[in-house]
Amino acid sequence: MKIAVCVSHVPDTAAKINIGADGKTIDPNGVTYVVNPYDEFAIEEALKTKEAAGGEVIAISLGGEANKETIRKALAMGVDSAVLLKDDNYRDSLSVAKALAEEIKAQNAELVFFGKQSVDFDNSVVGQMTAELLNYNCVSVVVSFKLEGNKITAEREIEGGKEVVETSLPAIITAQKGLNEPRYASLKGIMAAKKKTIEEKPAAAAENKVEVLGLKKPAAKQAGKIIGSDATAVPELVRLLKEEAKVI
Amino acid sequence: MNKFTGVDYFQLESLYSDDEIMIRNSVREFVDHEIIPVIEKHYMEGTFPLHLVPKLAELGVFGPTLPQKYGCAEVNNVAYGLIMQELERGDSGVRSFASVQSGLVMYPIFTFGSEEQKDYWLPKLAAGEKIGCFGLTEPDFGSNPGGMITKAVKVDGGYLLNGAKMWITNGTIADVAVVWAKLDGKVKGFLVEKGMKGFSAPEMKGKHSLRASVTSELVFEDVFIPEANRLPLADGLKAPLMCLNQARYGIAWGVTGAMMAVYDSALSYAKSRIQFGKPIASFQMTQEKLVYILTEITKSQLLNYHLAKLKDKGEVKHTHISMAKRNNCEKALDAARVAREIFGANGILDEYPVMRHSANLESVKTYEGTHEMHTLILGEDITGIPAFE
Repeated sequence: MKIAVCVSHVPDTAAKINIGADGKTIDPNGVTYVVNPYDEFAIEEALKTKEAAGGEVIAISLGGEANKETIRKALAMGVDSAVLLKDDNYRDSLSVAKALAEEIKAQNAELVFFGKQSVDFDNSVVGQMTAELLNYNCVSVVVSFKLEGNKITAEREIEGGKEVVETSLPAIITAQKGLNEPRYASLKGIMAAKKKTIEEKPAAAAENKVEVLGLKKPAAKQAGKIIGSDATAVPELVRLLKEEAKVI
Repeated sequence: MNKFTGVDYFQLESLYSDDEIMIRNSVREFVDHEIIPVIEKHYMEGTFPLHLVPKLAELGVFGPTLPQKYGCAEVNNVAYGLIMQELERGDSGVRSFASVQSGLVMYPIFTFGSEEQKDYWLPKLAAGEKIGCFGLTEPDFGSNPGGMITKAVKVDGGYLLNGAKMWITNGTIADVAVVWAKLDGKVKGFLVEKGMKGFSAPEMKGKHSLRASVTSELVFEDVFIPEANRLPLADGLKAPLMCLNQARYGIAWGVTGAMMAVYDSALSYAKSRIQFGKPIASFQMTQEKLVYILTEITKSQLLNYHLAKLKDKGEVKHTHISMAKRNNCEKALDAARVAREIFGANGILDEYPVMRHSANLESVKTYEGTHEMHTLILGEDITGIPAFE
């Protein structure tokens, strides 16, 4: 069985983000990029599935030359080969999904793992859209996954609990934290990754339906206010919580 | 605490290859998730985190420069150095474990061992299924190992070993000890296995330093060593000294990691600790301390990087390694003490890593050739006059 895992290259969540001169993109200077954290769960699950059921795992990534860093990490973790769909420009989620769907189809991958969202734009829709485009079954926000023959049993996180679902291949699974404990890229894996191929091809043309007009940073945090230190301050605190903060 | 993102004032990152960076990042991530969260408890309780051994093996840090056919990653010396740097950013004791397993057990078996010894031991040591230790130092012979009194005598089918070793990292938990002993007055190497009759390895207690590491004595009372357990290519004191070069190389890189840990935590403390209405980082004396540590980190990084390049080219001399070991350990210990001062009283608590690193570095400055001995090795090299004979 061919298993695909779609990986995106995103700014490290610890990085300090600045908005670029165009006001629409982030300034990449001084920003470390990493494998999208949710995609690490997707990679791990793809590898575990391959180890249990056999087959091969291919990583697919859409973006610029820099994405190779993320691809290499996936290869070092144990992914067999990779495709980089090259496009240096902005794409909306549907346009990303279309390009990925085309490649998944070309690769004839029956089982595809995604992270539940990319932590850069947080749209949380690419996996589901890709499934729709391919007419694959889809289970999102998955915290437990089991494949037996053609049958998939998965647990997904829902508000206040878990939902257990059953479906079948072909399918797309989007991974949530808790699905597994991603392995470290071992030294042997890193050295072996040098011999693995990254196929590069242009991504299918983008037809964006969503345009980014601008990026804005959240408002700077206001300094705190000290209204007193004993019981006499309580009425004022209650008034402020009611009228200003509007939380009670 | 914020995620550790490295200390790289002189843009050394631009000199490292993609693989070297990836290897460092993987070990860095491992240290952040697996070592740092558990190390203070082990340190306070005086226990080695043995559960990490299979995980470290899986990561590939045992004998990483050795050939792939033994299950090793076959990386270069820059990558090896970066591994040691990151491990010691976690703890000197954990780095010591990896140094001993790699540089003092796998290296001598690879360099002086028979094909059978290599095929049997190296894959098991790389996989962490077997743990090794290295027995050279004796209670009465530290800086002067040539005076050792541990002795092997030829008997039918092998040798009888008698004597004692001291300050042996991993001794009590080791499955195999690479032991150096005199045979007819000449230093030879032997593989002494756990369970051999007459061999014991009691743990040394009462350490104020390297508390998350096992340090032992090795005692040999008429231990019969089969001929197959002698390292056939080790002949004379030069053999163990070659091993020490490997370990000292790793130490030179390792202590840079310890310095990075104390710098990172002191800088963040100095920016958040308020006294007289402002962060203590705004005071000149605090800034001077931070600048001192950062400068020493940067100097040690430059020494290490070029040392690695010389080692990869096969041009490194033991005196180069002595200089890096000597300088970096001294500066790392000074840096850790200075960092502790930035923390004031808080610096002595296990909430911060500075006191642990500082106490560890007292040992690291002394072991694998004391600071003084490395001074004399360099002194002899530049004057041609040995001061210790």
